[in-house]
Amino acid sequence: MNVYLRQLATSFRFLAVATLVLGVLYPLVMFGVGQVIGSPEANGSIAQLDGAPAASTLIVQPVPEKENRLFFPRPSAVKWDSTTSGASNLGPSDPALAKAESSARAAIAAREDVPASAVPLDAVTASASGLDPDISPAYAQLQVPRVAKATGLSVDEVQHLVTDATTNQVLGLLGQPAVNTTKLNLAIAARLK
Amino acid sequence: MQFSFLSFITQIGILVVALGAVHRPLGAYLAKVADDGAHLRFERWIYKAAGVGPDSEQTWKGYARSMVAFSVAGVILLYAAERLQPLLSGGRMASVDPWVAMNTAISFITNTNWQAYVPESTLGFVVQMAFLAVQNFVSAAVGIAIAFALVRGFVRKGSDSLGNFWVDVTRITFRVLLPLAAVVAALLIVTGVVQDFSPSTVHNAITGVSQTIPGGPVASQEAIKELGTNGGGYFNANSSHPFENPNAFSNIFEVFLLLAIPFSLPYTFGQMVGSRKQGYTILTVMAALWLIAEGIMASTIAAWPNLGEGLEQRFGPAASGIFATATTLTSTGAVDSMHDSLPPLAGGMAMFDMMLGEIAPGGVGSGLYGMLVLAVLAVFLGGLMVGRTPEYLGKKIQARHMTLAALYLLVTPVLVLVLTGAAVLIPSVVADAPSQGPHQFSELLYAFTSGANNNGSAFAGISASDPLISSLMNVAMWLGRVLPMVLVLALAGSFAAQKPIPPSPGTLATYGPLFAGLLGTVTVLFTALNYFPALALGPIAEGTFR
Repeated sequence: MNVYLRQLATSFRFLAVATLVLGVLYPLVMFGVGQVIGSPEANGSIAQLDGAPAASTLIVQPVPEKENRLFFPRPSAVKWDSTTSGASNLGPSDPALAKAESSARAAIAAREDVPASAVPLDAVTASASGLDPDISPAYAQLQVPRVAKATGLSVDEVQHLVTDATTNQVLGLLGQPAVNTTKLNLAIAARLK
Repeated sequence: MQFSFLSFITQIGILVVALGAVHRPLGAYLAKVADDGAHLRFERWIYKAAGVGPDSEQTWKGYARSMVAFSVAGVILLYAAERLQPLLSGGRMASVDPWVAMNTAISFITNTNWQAYVPESTLGFVVQMAFLAVQNFVSAAVGIAIAFALVRGFVRKGSDSLGNFWVDVTRITFRVLLPLAAVVAALLIVTGVVQDFSPSTVHNAITGVSQTIPGGPVASQEAIKELGTNGGGYFNANSSHPFENPNAFSNIFEVFLLLAIPFSLPYTFGQMVGSRKQGYTILTVMAALWLIAEGIMASTIAAWPNLGEGLEQRFGPAASGIFATATTLTSTGAVDSMHDSLPPLAGGMAMFDMMLGEIAPGGVGSGLYGMLVLAVLAVFLGGLMVGRTPEYLGKKIQARHMTLAALYLLVTPVLVLVLTGAAVLIPSVVADAPSQGPHQFSELLYAFTSGANNNGSAFAGISASDPLISSLMNVAMWLGRVLPMVLVLALAGSFAAQKPIPPSPGTLATYGPLFAGLLGTVTVLFTALNYFPALALGPIAEGTFR
């Protein structure tokens, strides 16, 4: 037993050193490095609107239900709450999943005035994080006419903003093409001022 | 969402090239760290602070005793830190529920990182950064140390020692993991991963929406979480959270990170035993199994018509499948998509990857020692087939070695199958589950497969904080980590004591395509025979009869 107690004591002493170096110094040094080499990114990629912090470009920003001037993001299992994160975790054959998808599809079809079959899958499925700011280019195209009408901007102008908020080709190849609704909606908001 | 074959093949190509480029320098460096006779100055200071005599070597029993004591001490420390969180966080965070605290402590010490809690609401940055993330380093170092000890067992002749546990863990942590993690964390910050200590408040004047944007030392933890094949997310959504994995660049980088050390260790092995072809044979088997698994995963996802739930738009199906395969073939368990919502056969494939014993390429260290135990089994079976005395690397395989190897290979399947069986017999577990039928069985099977293999990913629909489930998971994680390690050390001790026998014309060559084929076949057959009935009741039933 004595041997084990000695090994336990050694373990705690080793862990004390490890906690100091790996648990305190290392993250603090990385914080300092981050402030130098990537200050906006290290601090949450905050974007401004009229000089005030308005959103993080990486995190979804919920759009109020009747706000027809903006692009709607994907459904979220955490109701777009940025202080938490998570998914539905519904199994692929769970009837609740099919039900949620078909009711979302009907609502979007009515809102955008298109047939239900035109609604893409990303528009009716919840993301893994619940904070996904991105939608497919197809879902963005579906929303362009409504946004143009509600904002008074021309369709061409809205298309231009959509293109600006779309991932480049390399990211589209390594992942898939995506339109960032947070960036896009901020760009529209700036025009509305 | 559509599966893109072009995206899949591009990403696999990039990963193969990148891993091909790093496995030699990193593997050679690891071998140097394992065999270096000299101590660095800061290491001497650490040995002094911990009260370790760095020049004394340990027997396998001494090595195992240190490993067990270190793990027990880690559990006690983490449990205490979680319970005392109000004190540590200046009253901002509450004390963690005792069941969840114990489950989390065992989970992080065993390199599992199963998370029965929602980090955002349960753990402040102090406990995550100063306690959980420290275990991300040292639990990875312990895994690599055990692999070093096993390789030394093959190398040493008539010796009763395997090295010094404390020296191995210190060197791996401070010479390998810490410098790598620092570089990786800096790169992750540039892609958009956060590294700060306070949340920010934002307000959109047009919509009237206000948000609290979380902060935290995420990049520093993310780096070692992937490099050390740990997998515990700073956020609940793990690597699908935009602050842990902001875009498709960071995504493929993270896949590379979790494969980098496991795919380098076979080179280390070849270097240490003085035969590179032995190392490359092991590497070939690992790489072949990985590529086949990626291909099967991709085809099960591509065949599913309804992709979207639990997937992030910026990654999509191809990248998510690649991540899911890499995270379950290693012992990582980080996720960039929700495995519970994957197509049934894709979820089944993720389970099968873990059931292989996480050897292709496996967890850091555990992948190599797992594969070497399978090599001992393959040599034995090969010897039986051709009627030759089984030998591996000059060591004769005897009854004691086969007993230890067989016990090693049976520990995990027994834990998975017995505990899953026990869980489905508990009425409250079955009644409380949100899912029904084969998918409900899959969630439980996935949980215990993940726990006993120290993976940590989940079919997250399961109610993981339920005290019954978390207690059974504690058994799976603890025994699934400590028992195989002790058995590997016993095996190593027995080999080290043996005098080598010179190779004769009758010796079965343990390198080249023939042996690689034998080893790969043995691995897959062994796994399939153990688990096929259980898989048939879960993912196969769900995927076939819908």
